[in-house]
Amino acid sequence: MSLRSDWLPLALLAAIAIAALPLMPSAPTWITLTIAGLAMGMMIFIMASGLTLVFGLMDVMNFAHGAFISVGAYAGASVLLTMKSATRASSLASNLAAIVPAVLAAMALAGALGWFFERVVVRPVYGDHLKQILVTTGGLIVCEELIHVVWGPDLIALPRPATLTGSVLFGDAAVERYRMLAVFVGLGVFAAMWLVLNRTKIGLLIRAGVENTEMVEALGYRIRRIFVAVFITGSALAGLGGIMWAMYQESLTAAMGMQVMVVIFIVIIIGGLGSVGGCFVGALLVGLLANYIGYVAPKLALGSNILLMVLILLWRPRGLYPAGK
Amino acid sequence: MIARLLSGDLPRSRSLAVALALIVLGLAAAPFVFPGTRSLNVAAKVAVFILLVASYDLLLGYTGIVSFAHTMFFGIGGYGVAIAAAKLGPTWWNLALGVVAALALALALAFAIGLLSLRVRAIFFAMITLAVASFFQILASQLSAFTGGEDGLNFRLPELLRNRLTAYYAVFLIALALFLVLLRVVNSPFGRVLLAVRENEFRAEALGYRTVIYRTIANCLGALLATAAGVLYAIWLRYTGPDTTLSFAIMIDLLLMVVIGGMGTMYGAAIGATLFVIAQNYLQDLMKLAADATSGVPMLPALLHPDRWLLWLGTLFIVCVYYFPAGIVGRLRAR
Repeated sequence: MSLRSDWLPLALLAAIAIAALPLMPSAPTWITLTIAGLAMGMMIFIMASGLTLVFGLMDVMNFAHGAFISVGAYAGASVLLTMKSATRASSLASNLAAIVPAVLAAMALAGALGWFFERVVVRPVYGDHLKQILVTTGGLIVCEELIHVVWGPDLIALPRPATLTGSVLFGDAAVERYRMLAVFVGLGVFAAMWLVLNRTKIGLLIRAGVENTEMVEALGYRIRRIFVAVFITGSALAGLGGIMWAMYQESLTAAMGMQVMVVIFIVIIIGGLGSVGGCFVGALLVGLLANYIGYVAPKLALGSNILLMVLILLWRPRGLYPAGK
Repeated sequence: MIARLLSGDLPRSRSLAVALALIVLGLAAAPFVFPGTRSLNVAAKVAVFILLVASYDLLLGYTGIVSFAHTMFFGIGGYGVAIAAAKLGPTWWNLALGVVAALALALALAFAIGLLSLRVRAIFFAMITLAVASFFQILASQLSAFTGGEDGLNFRLPELLRNRLTAYYAVFLIALALFLVLLRVVNSPFGRVLLAVRENEFRAEALGYRTVIYRTIANCLGALLATAAGVLYAIWLRYTGPDTTLSFAIMIDLLLMVVIGGMGTMYGAAIGATLFVIAQNYLQDLMKLAADATSGVPMLPALLHPDRWLLWLGTLFIVCVYYFPAGIVGRLRAR
């Protein structure tokens, strides 16, 4: 099922946004929270998309994905912190001169780590879920410890570049600049992914591989190579999401990846394991709901994710958009 | 007699038998042979963790399901006792009330989680338990009026358990008894079905066993025993907090203990837990020496820093999963 033919989850997304409106004290609050929720959702989507695709394609669940997020964040933060003069300047150009290399470093290091992981850690345990979970959890431990060795065990503060701090006023609604950027980047990643998956031959093979791996192989395509490429891309996206998340929180620790992983798991379960569209809708649902409930009833916010997951699974036991297998 | 006590599941290796005998005798004589607060604490922790790891092995090694919520049940046990004793007063009745409430909550939660996710696949269960456990962890730190938040709860025990020696033997004997119960369970016909489910679910189903039911029962049983371990640990520490029971770090420790000791054998749990807890308490001193000795070399001191011991155990863990899936016990038995 694709986003186009099954619009009910999208309607649910809109319904939640509209239902939240009367609960808010004013429309500007609603706008602020909605943008904040969308931004959070987009960042989660960026981090989760690779994981869900890897699962859909090769039936591999990588618990070490969280380590890629942390590693990306640390790599990007190192670049940003060494280029302090550029991040402090209030001109957009010099800020970008620091952010672009930081993002590239985050994606490159996380991608390289993903490549190494696929070769060394995951490859020997294809088809054995139990060992996959164990081995990738072991990889997660080792990666976190290595981050401690390289960057030290303490929390690192990461001030945002000057032009990304502060908010923009739309009428009475104050919207943080950084969140708007996150929404745009998230939309960009989603659009690029959608185009690749739906308009290119590689994308066709990936989608076919999710649907039925053996058949694609029988037709003479080397699904393994595609899979390695997807794994690396997914890891690089985790790195991108990691540095974005670190800038969003303005600090980073080695455990941050694992903390986000919990939300990511919820998102890909909600979306349907292996489905990119479902992952997108799931991430937005989680982001919006977390922000609305966090404002209306802060005590409930903790459970909102779990509650959402349970309700969605009761409605659609295999997630919003179940993937092929 | 011994064979009956061990439910016919003998160590089947001389060195393993010696190691197990050493563990049991060492724990039984700990207050006299290793005097001192620190070593008694280590001994009590070993006893509790053998039970905890064995109950985890019932899930991971025997049934083949990976749960990340085992420390949640451990924590439920700990908090059950702590809340009852701290809020209602240190009497036996309140203690019993706390234990029963904790067991009931654990059973209900394990059943609900199983119902939601055990039908599907190992991965789904692992992800859902991770989510639920992390939610529970946040809940415990947020409901600070009840749970003491990040600080945890200190509490007093009934008169009899205030004596360290009595408390130690209570913990040790109950842990030993429950371990033998676990041994009985895995060597019963029920345990054989669990192994069948792990080895070939499809075939077990075809032979007429409702695999979902067996998995759910194993999950509930594991949860109950983990809760019991939590109760024992709380009784020993007279304290329950997020760091001693609920934290994700303990979950990781559990995984390491089961895999390094040997999945699918209860004795592996005993060996793994003992080695790990002792290493946790004494290996770090050794690493500190090594780190100081290599202080001139670049990188090495950082790698050998006592806080980095999980780096080495994590590597050992991965190597174990690949090359020695049966862990230490498997190696000993293979000889």
